[in-house]
Amino acid sequence: MFASRRSIAAIALTMFVATACKKKPEPAPAPVAAPPAPAPAPPRVNQDSIDAARRAAAEAAARAAADAEARRRAAEAESVRSMIAAKVYFDYDKDDIRDDAKATLDAKVGILNANTAVRLRLAGHTDDRGSDEYNLALGQRRAASIQRYLVSRGIAATRFETVSFGKERPAAQGENEAAWSQNRRGEFEIIAGGDMLRMPK
Amino acid sequence: MMKRRIFSIFHLRSSIAVAVLILGLRSSVTFAQDTTSARGVRIGLTYATGTRPGVFLAPVSGPNADSVMKILSRDLDYGDRITVIAADSGDALTGTLNYPTYAALGAVAVVQASVTPAGSLHIVVHDVAGARVMNVSDIPLPSPALGGEWRLALHRGSDDIERVVTGVKGIAATRALFVHEGSLWIIDSDGAQAHAVGGTEGGLSPAWHPNGRAVAYDELANTGHQTIVVRDLGGGATHRFATRHTLNMSPTFSPDGSTLAFVSGDDGTDIYSVAPFGNDSPKRLSVGPGATSNASPAYSPDGKRIAFTSNRLGHAEVYIMDADGTNPALLTTTLYGDQPYRSDPDWSPDGRRVAFQSQVSGVFQIMAINLQDRGVQGFTSEGRNTEPSWAPDGRHLLFTSTRSGTSQLWVIDTESSRMRQLTRTGGARMGAWSPRLDAGK
Repeated sequence: MFASRRSIAAIALTMFVATACKKKPEPAPAPVAAPPAPAPAPPRVNQDSIDAARRAAAEAAARAAADAEARRRAAEAESVRSMIAAKVYFDYDKDDIRDDAKATLDAKVGILNANTAVRLRLAGHTDDRGSDEYNLALGQRRAASIQRYLVSRGIAATRFETVSFGKERPAAQGENEAAWSQNRRGEFEIIAGGDMLRMPK
Repeated sequence: MMKRRIFSIFHLRSSIAVAVLILGLRSSVTFAQDTTSARGVRIGLTYATGTRPGVFLAPVSGPNADSVMKILSRDLDYGDRITVIAADSGDALTGTLNYPTYAALGAVAVVQASVTPAGSLHIVVHDVAGARVMNVSDIPLPSPALGGEWRLALHRGSDDIERVVTGVKGIAATRALFVHEGSLWIIDSDGAQAHAVGGTEGGLSPAWHPNGRAVAYDELANTGHQTIVVRDLGGGATHRFATRHTLNMSPTFSPDGSTLAFVSGDDGTDIYSVAPFGNDSPKRLSVGPGATSNASPAYSPDGKRIAFTSNRLGHAEVYIMDADGTNPALLTTTLYGDQPYRSDPDWSPDGRRVAFQSQVSGVFQIMAINLQDRGVQGFTSEGRNTEPSWAPDGRHLLFTSTRSGTSQLWVIDTESSRMRQLTRTGGARMGAWSPRLDAGK
């Protein structure tokens, strides 16, 4: 008469899965007859097992929902992260924000407004044609130029730190315009508030 | 009596060339009495600019004679002021020299060097024309033999020989700091003893303190923050300068060592100065305008002016200002190359010239501008040549060149245009030539 706890749990789980798989409620069955007399209360031990199975089922459901939400959040955060990391590029020996860079930066403005805890390090880089030292200075102007643009779009200056790597960290190797144009860039690194990144609503 | 077979000319192989050299030396060398004398034994000789008097380097005697011979002859050769005539074999000279023999070889002086049992380098310099001893010196050689300090002492001997023979002290007892694989390195003037300076990861733009014992540099962290560091080369003690900016770079010492100038900023950059071993707040020297990049300061030898790079007119040119930041004036113009630029000035120790790099057809070359007549001399054309640094003699320049296929340090004699490669390890750059590393420094 006494089924093992395991098999009861297995039955309960099967019932739960079957129920859980049904997204929509079943159509109400046509009334046929008077409801049957209530079944006698199961023995106390069985009742405990069933309660435990129900709790486990509820917890599993919550976990699944939480996992799904976590995956959605992670995907969202990853999108935000890649939008933040999108580089901007500069002309030779210039620190002006190009038109193509403005679109990239405007996308970051939305992100920064939706994630007010985020602080960014703005790093200016140069191609390798100029003087090593002058390029460090030029990279700094590029970082500051990016900061000025973002501040002009309403983001607080305190949310940025500007640094320069000059020509010290090339993104592409080569003595040609293809490499140089990839190296004249601004990079963006999250230095605070990167835990709960949200897309703008 | 010397046997003729032991003589050979150090550089030239054919006897025709030897004859030409001897004739050339005899016709072009001018002699003059030097009014100065040391301890009553030295009568120096002076020579017209551009000549290289012959010096016979006699076989060295004593421990490590071969190494001593090799180092001395190489130093005198690299100095570009002397033509070395060396005995390639044979015993050390003894007794009275047969001076006419050396005169016939084109030697105006004979150098007899020996390592004494007490461990000193004993150098006797003979004046061939005067048939007399010109100078005698003894230089202690620190242990271990062949070690770094031992070699440096030998280089001091070479420099003293140059001083006695030409009136100008040599530059063999010097070293160069440079950047290689993300660290500072140091190398002797003859290319020996290259090694990393420990604890200088991220180091850029090294600059010597005039005492030859300390270095200032820019430490670039992985975060991009740059900090000025002053480091004792002996003990390794460091002093870091806090500023309110993330960018702090290109430090340089004033010639008296009392002031450190460097570049700092968060947008545009300015030149600041500070006491190098204290905790004072840096003082701003250059003033913008606006988001202007001012970089690469270099003091004049009297400490009264600073040459620097600035883009205040829209592209990089070299400027000069007073050491307090007043009276900035444009030094270079696009006449010396392309738009955009000229940069990285270094003021010659004699105060007469400022070396810089200028783009010519898009590639940097080394030039120097004469401050009296603004005449510009170009020194390089092969490969990309950058970051000039004067030797203490104001005649040789150290620079970075790609001419060998990789970035290396090279040395040029600005009078003869003779060049030699200093480093052999790829990726060397930002060379800084030390002051003379005299004994006791």
